[in-house]
Amino acid sequence: MNAVSPIDEARRRAGPPLWLLLELTYRCPLHCVYCSNPVEFARVEQELETHEWLRVLREARALGAVQLGLSGGEPLQRKDLEEIVAEARRLGFYTNLITSGIGLNETRIRALKEAGLDHIQLSFQDSTRELNDFLSSTRTFELKARAAELIRRHDYPMVLNVVLHRLNIDHVGEILEMAERIGAEYVELANTQFYGWAWLNRDRLLPSREQVERAEQVTRAFRERVGERMRIYFVVPDYFERRPKACMNGLGSVFLTIAPDGLALPCHSARMLPGLALPNVREASIEWIWYDSPGFNRFRGFGWMKEPCRSCPEKEKDFGGCRCQAYLLTGDAENADPVCDLSPHHHLVTEAVARAAQPQETEKPQVTEKPVLFYRDRRNSEMLSLS
Amino acid sequence: MSTVDADARPVVGRGFRLQWEPAQNAHVLLYPEGMVRLNTSAGEIMRRCDGEHTVAEIVADLERTFEATGLAGDVTAFVAFALERKWLELRS
Repeated sequence: MNAVSPIDEARRRAGPPLWLLLELTYRCPLHCVYCSNPVEFARVEQELETHEWLRVLREARALGAVQLGLSGGEPLQRKDLEEIVAEARRLGFYTNLITSGIGLNETRIRALKEAGLDHIQLSFQDSTRELNDFLSSTRTFELKARAAELIRRHDYPMVLNVVLHRLNIDHVGEILEMAERIGAEYVELANTQFYGWAWLNRDRLLPSREQVERAEQVTRAFRERVGERMRIYFVVPDYFERRPKACMNGLGSVFLTIAPDGLALPCHSARMLPGLALPNVREASIEWIWYDSPGFNRFRGFGWMKEPCRSCPEKEKDFGGCRCQAYLLTGDAENADPVCDLSPHHHLVTEAVARAAQPQETEKPQVTEKPVLFYRDRRNSEMLSLS
Repeated sequence: MSTVDADARPVVGRGFRLQWEPAQNAHVLLYPEGMVRLNTSAGEIMRRCDGEHTVAEIVADLERTFEATGLAGDVTAFVAFALERKWLELRS
């Protein structure tokens, strides 16, 4: 017998892609400043056609994929969403729609219910109309409230997601009260992760440590008051941690994302990683992509690691953290995630946090005086992808 | 831990779905953006929780199927555990 190479070993040990995320489109009526979509999304053309999405579903399900996220962009922009849901449900997926609620109406929610949609996660940008609309550069707050009402009426559990950052984290009490008013059963308070547009706007969006601690306190107190009625998840921003998140549970271990153009990604941000040969579902089967493609094997196992990860006793717990964060902060995706205080680049994170402790000029967003933020829209995307 | 009445009729909780996954060779419990892989005995108990049969009937069926006795304690403990997590609800 020949010796097994580390890559073959990692490939052999890869389990099925249990979690499939379909980013059906990058089109979106919102222009959120913290969007995780790639900055160059305007360059991504030719969305997959219905029959191609259906093939992706069938092939991934045959490999054992079972949780399905339908996101974007705004997935409701796809007219064939109901058809995709119906096929997914027929195949045995648990179907989660991740939506801003814009475009949801009585006709569509009824059709989605009939198609077998299991679950809807609705995003809010803030508890106030002013900040919600400001952060998404739209007038959408009322539309969202209407979407929440449709979700309730069609007997879906009310699951809200609010992305927190410097400009809205002080409203966490009001956000939770709003959630309570619309009858939320689950609320995810997800602190901004700095990729895509959020990375571009990082210094405007990173809260101070004091803000984070205050928000946690408010959340704890609220949790005690409402008890079991409402489950609240507060996702701590990783910049304030000393160990990195186990990003994607290690690339190529459970998560498979398909981007609107058919690009297969081991995490939804991985398009940015230089030199990562990413396959496209238009050219290859899901089975080959998941088990055999160089892109999906690139960061499997531990063979790719550098020190201090390589000899770290915690590497099986956090897999060295996030490859995209390592790349964005240090320029090398093989480095330890600088969130880790064992990383020689950890100062890059602590310096950003220290800067965040300083007040900023245009701290209170006002309609008349907007801080310099890059809205996620086509024009900015086209401009920024020229460089 | 709370006790569970032998006459109670447990059923898979709202928002959860129980299904057999060949790829994992296990029953799994699916819920919004998550999944629990059940071990064999948990799977065998859960798949009998249809809201029609009582805990006592489920115990009897398991004992018959697996030619075992004295399963009531384990089954009740699991049902209580699952009720706490809302994997199961009681139908009155």
